[in-house]
Amino acid sequence: MKHRTFFWFFLPTGLAMLLFIAAPIVSVVMQSVFAPHEAVFETVENCGPFGCKEETVINQDATRALREAEPLGRFVGLDIYFDRGHLAIAEVGEAWRGSDSMGAFFDRLGNLPFYRAIGFTLTYTFVTVPLLILLGLMIALAVNSLHRHLKGLVIFFSLLPMIVTPIIGALILFWMIDSRGIIGNLIIYLSGDPTLSLKASTSLMWISIIIYGIWHSAPFAFVVFYAGLQTLPKDQIEAAQIDGASRFQQLRFVVVPHLMPLVTFVTLIKLMDNFRVFEEIVGFNAQAHATSLSWIIFNDLSGETQQLSSAATTSVLTILGVAILLSPVLVRTWRDFRGRAH
Amino acid sequence: MFLRTLAAAGAMAVLTTSTAMACEIGARVSIVGNEFPAIQTVGAEAKGCTGAEVATNLTADHQKINLPGMQGNPAEYTSAIVANSSIVALMNEDVIRPLDDLLAKHGEGLAKNQLITIGGKTMAVAFMANAQHLVYRADVLEEIGVEPPKTYEEMLAAAKMIREKGMMENPIGGAYAAGWNLAQEFNNMFLGMGGEHFKSGTAEPNVNSEAGVKALEMMKALSEYMNPDFLTHDSNATNAEFRAGNVAIMNMWGSRAATMTDAEGVPQEVVDGFAIAGPMTVGGGDVPASTLWWDGWTVAKNISDEEAEATFIAMMNGIRPEILSDADVAKQAVWLIPGYEPTEAAVGVFAAANAGTIPYPMLPYMGLMHTALGNELADFMQGKESAEQALADVEAAYTAAAKENGFLQ
Repeated sequence: MKHRTFFWFFLPTGLAMLLFIAAPIVSVVMQSVFAPHEAVFETVENCGPFGCKEETVINQDATRALREAEPLGRFVGLDIYFDRGHLAIAEVGEAWRGSDSMGAFFDRLGNLPFYRAIGFTLTYTFVTVPLLILLGLMIALAVNSLHRHLKGLVIFFSLLPMIVTPIIGALILFWMIDSRGIIGNLIIYLSGDPTLSLKASTSLMWISIIIYGIWHSAPFAFVVFYAGLQTLPKDQIEAAQIDGASRFQQLRFVVVPHLMPLVTFVTLIKLMDNFRVFEEIVGFNAQAHATSLSWIIFNDLSGETQQLSSAATTSVLTILGVAILLSPVLVRTWRDFRGRAH
Repeated sequence: MFLRTLAAAGAMAVLTTSTAMACEIGARVSIVGNEFPAIQTVGAEAKGCTGAEVATNLTADHQKINLPGMQGNPAEYTSAIVANSSIVALMNEDVIRPLDDLLAKHGEGLAKNQLITIGGKTMAVAFMANAQHLVYRADVLEEIGVEPPKTYEEMLAAAKMIREKGMMENPIGGAYAAGWNLAQEFNNMFLGMGGEHFKSGTAEPNVNSEAGVKALEMMKALSEYMNPDFLTHDSNATNAEFRAGNVAIMNMWGSRAATMTDAEGVPQEVVDGFAIAGPMTVGGGDVPASTLWWDGWTVAKNISDEEAEATFIAMMNGIRPEILSDADVAKQAVWLIPGYEPTEAAVGVFAAANAGTIPYPMLPYMGLMHTALGNELADFMQGKESAEQALADVEAAYTAAAKENGFLQ
């Protein structure tokens, strides 16, 4: 394609990307290095149904003057990135100096909101992604070997977990694992411990959320792999069979290598998705046990006082986290691409 | 019965027509607020005005949308229905206007204690009061032979007896869901222990104190008698436990007490045994371990004078004394509207007000403290860290947020 043609061809997409991807990121980065102005307090008498009381309020005239002078707010540079709510540089340093073992250090790290969220997010991401790929592949192979009359129906049911809105799915499972729910009751029966509660235990809550995550995402892997299986050349399989390859060997040396680019694709998408785990935590009411970066953003914005700069900072850190997480896969894809071009 | 219903319907019809004549507005009105029954009533009554459109957006998520919806010029919402906690965010951002001029013109009939004045300016008109107080099963307490608890210590003793008698495994209920609810229960207990959230006159946190530790220890002791899932139970889930007959004593919102046993399928013994009383004290203090709340309406700043006037008239129509002639409406809340006569469901809130319960603090930085408490206390409740550590975490989290928002240097 000529450069000129390419330019006109790409222009609409480029503009849309600028407007909908680049501009919001710039705005979030700006927001994260500016904070609200220092409040000017005054003490006044507040009266209401329960009597009068001297109380502190914000002096609006003085605040308005400050805001008009610097409409963006107070420039704080990277202060918010380094405070306790985010990277907590000072607290991490202190924890490092104050702990005599790695275990104690990680314990203290887990007390800081950002690292606690990262701890759950990474565990969730790295446990669910491989398992959902494996499960998706197994479903795809199973469906592929079904009789064609059955396929439509089975595909429909296999896709249901993905069709159900995540928060609704999470809520349904949340009630099922209640100690009076069907799964909760079953677990109590199986363990023989009547006081066992999934919702009261951090580790059981993590497991529940991870199982939900796999259940919810496996259909995505399944459809992608199923589509890939339809393009599998028959002659290769036949050649392998003639060479005396077992079913497992066919899978290992023919099917999986054929699907490899799709595995990369699913890994990429799901790493990105699962790093932003959110609905599960809200649906499971699990904030006492598990938090994530997206949950922190939501929490910052839903308090009585909205913490916009803090939420913006966590957003930028999320973008950086996704970039770091995806870099190995992206580098690999780039190498494949270069390799193919030569 | 039929005749009475008919007569009531007739009376309502007369009332509605008379107000329709009385309430004429000349500009748009748009109301945002919470969605519990009393506020639904006020919104519906405000909509009775004619001459221009009155829109309402009543939702549990009102706090997330009221500020952005009033920051534009012109503002999307001309009125926000708020409580003493949520008015602070609107005042911090200066999006609501003083009502004194409108009060002089259209405010006749309001009682003095309905006016929320801040620094001499009236910023909101309150129409109902609320508080958390004791809700209990009279039949269960009778069976173990104890009076309704007046203190949290008595509550613990009663819970122990109920469990030992094998009547209920987890007799205490509580909205201890991590987040806003857990923080609110701490606020109650902390104020009851004589604590103050901030060092006097400053935004410096003051919760890591003896009162804070004692408050947390009491909460922990209570939680031993709660459903083990208590950290996921908000007030809805706690009410469900009570309705199901699993809970005998709990601290619950007055605004929810009236309709507690109205739901379908509540066992008869729960309906019959349901009773309410004033809030409890704790640790030998005289101040109840609870907070007082009001709900009221405000008028947006970034709107034309015509819209502000129309909003004021419509909202006055929403809280006019005539709405109380409907028995169902009268029962919905502890109304501050003149002419309100307390129903049976209101005794808890009245007892709270009479016992000198402290109003929820209306401070610019209280919202950040509440958020920090909600995030950091769950670890202690699960036994993962000490009370001192949890409170130190609260102070550290609050300090970081308050610095960022310009409340602390």
